[in-house]
Amino acid sequence: MYAYDELDRTLINERVSEFRDQVKRRLAGELTEDEFKMLRLQNGVYLQLHAYMFRVAIPYGTLSSKQLRALARVARRYDRGYGHFTTRQNIQFNWIKLAELPDALADLAEVGIHAMQTSGNNMRNVTSDQWAGVAPGEVEDPRIWSEILRQHTTLHPEFSFLPRKFKIAITASEHDRAAIKVHDIGLRLHRNADGETGFEVLVGGGLGRTPFIAKTIKPFVPGRDILSYVEAILRVYNQYGRRDNIYKARIKILVHELGIEKFAREVDEEWRQMDGGGLTLDHSVIEEVRSRFSYPAYEKLPHMPDELKQAAHDPLFERWRKNSVAPHKVQGYSIVTLSLKPVGGPPGDATADQMDAVADLADRYSFGEIRVGHEQNLALPHVAKRDLPQLWKALDRIGLATPNVNLVTDIIACPGLDYCSLANARSIPIAQELTRRFANHDTAEMIGRLHINISGCINACGHHHVGHIGILGVEKNGEEFYQITIGGRADENAQMGALIGPAVPYAEVADVIEDIVEAYLALRDRPEELFVDTVKRLGVEPFKERVYATR
Amino acid sequence: MTSPLQQKIKITGPSMVTANRTSDGVVIYRTAQQGWSASLSDAAIVRTSDEARALLNEANADDVGAIGAYIAPVELKEGGEIKPGNLREHIRSKGLTIDLLPA
Repeated sequence: MYAYDELDRTLINERVSEFRDQVKRRLAGELTEDEFKMLRLQNGVYLQLHAYMFRVAIPYGTLSSKQLRALARVARRYDRGYGHFTTRQNIQFNWIKLAELPDALADLAEVGIHAMQTSGNNMRNVTSDQWAGVAPGEVEDPRIWSEILRQHTTLHPEFSFLPRKFKIAITASEHDRAAIKVHDIGLRLHRNADGETGFEVLVGGGLGRTPFIAKTIKPFVPGRDILSYVEAILRVYNQYGRRDNIYKARIKILVHELGIEKFAREVDEEWRQMDGGGLTLDHSVIEEVRSRFSYPAYEKLPHMPDELKQAAHDPLFERWRKNSVAPHKVQGYSIVTLSLKPVGGPPGDATADQMDAVADLADRYSFGEIRVGHEQNLALPHVAKRDLPQLWKALDRIGLATPNVNLVTDIIACPGLDYCSLANARSIPIAQELTRRFANHDTAEMIGRLHINISGCINACGHHHVGHIGILGVEKNGEEFYQITIGGRADENAQMGALIGPAVPYAEVADVIEDIVEAYLALRDRPEELFVDTVKRLGVEPFKERVYATR
Repeated sequence: MTSPLQQKIKITGPSMVTANRTSDGVVIYRTAQQGWSASLSDAAIVRTSDEARALLNEANADDVGAIGAYIAPVELKEGGEIKPGNLREHIRSKGLTIDLLPA
């Protein structure tokens, strides 16, 4: 966990007071909506179909049990008893009242949580691997660097009015769980030939209406220089990024139009002129941030405790363990993913009671720490293996032990037209129907790893472009239709999926996905060949034929 | 002649003006009594573009009470019942189409 200092606490509290005054003036008619809109957006407040939506940041996806209880309290006291975890390590509350928002913010501020820069044309929540600091083989904890960037960019005047929003993600593992290649800047922590720690810097990734995979702009930037290098990128973007057309304003468009070589030259020239710009990180600064992250006092535990051996006789436990429990860097411990994708449930939603219960379980089994992943699941990052059987039973009682992590029912979905004012079509009921179709866990296991991502509009909050199967809702003559893509992926080999053919109506989507999965099962050359690899080997044609032959 | 500053509005059937209430975001409809109601059945119905423009202007003038006012289609049923004219308005009027809990 990271411990905020007095400066952070003061800043957050001052922001609450400021926003309380702004809301008061708005409700009194002293501020027009035109004047107020940017102020509310800077505090994570959108207007959606039914109500205001309040987006709260969970920096690099790390929460304490105390913070999760505060989120539960907000859900219960100011909303309708649940929240929605997003694809960028945020949580959204869908039914918040403007008049009560300052109180909700004040409650969150008490535990060091805020909503600054969760909207608007600024630096958004810096995200990271939800297994940061505990994943085996990691170069080092990437959250230290996320935190350095968070501190530098929070309320930074130069980055508060960018041409468009700006998103950074950081990973320190070979396997990318942070989707860095679809971010404005992706940072991959690694060591160079001399053993020095630094970053491969990628730039210009993003989804939305013009999707691009990020390109490497510099293979190695030493850690001490990362702040100045990121600032150089932002300065070039701030200077040349388009402000005349919202659809062409993201950095990916600038990188595409200039070309990565020219863009890199511009950045290098800016970086050279900055000459550090006072941003070269002193070793002591890095260590100061590092020192504010506390790590559990792990016990020396056996690799295979007796409790685990005994529980292995229970096939239901074993199914869950194999699916939802991952290796930890410390012997005797595990990382446990809590699926927020129950059969028939809205993906990524958790009730206030579930949040409270997870906070209690985190205190009992995970040193009081919880993680949030971009796949819209939670994780307990430090669970002793001996405690896994008890934890499983407790999770099962609160509906968070669905053994479907990374399987066909572990669907990423945006709120869609049920909530979102931008959406053209619904996402959640499509996801719910698919989870019912593939509810049999034996079938899901037999299918293997398969990511379905659903977006209700081209803005792609459900990351449909990079789903193994992507589903994009569109509107045709007042009806909901869905375009289907296959072969996308969001990991270290990220690529966009390919469209298989004409959009299909709402009522046929689940049938089409079943057809695609059945085609895959018939076409894969062995059970271990993943869906996405079969698509890579064969292309879209055989799937297209299967889907459209009878339609 | 239309002023270049005048918003171009064209409706093709019966329509209403809807917005969200400023204090809590609740969906509201402009009424014929120059007020707002949370019930679609109370909505003022307009049938021409000029009527729609006038109702929208009136709604926008209430910046304290409502935000994001816009014109949306409705269907008029026998007996005068007002139904939402598209899926978006159906969802705004009737609420979520989904189960919130696993089923």
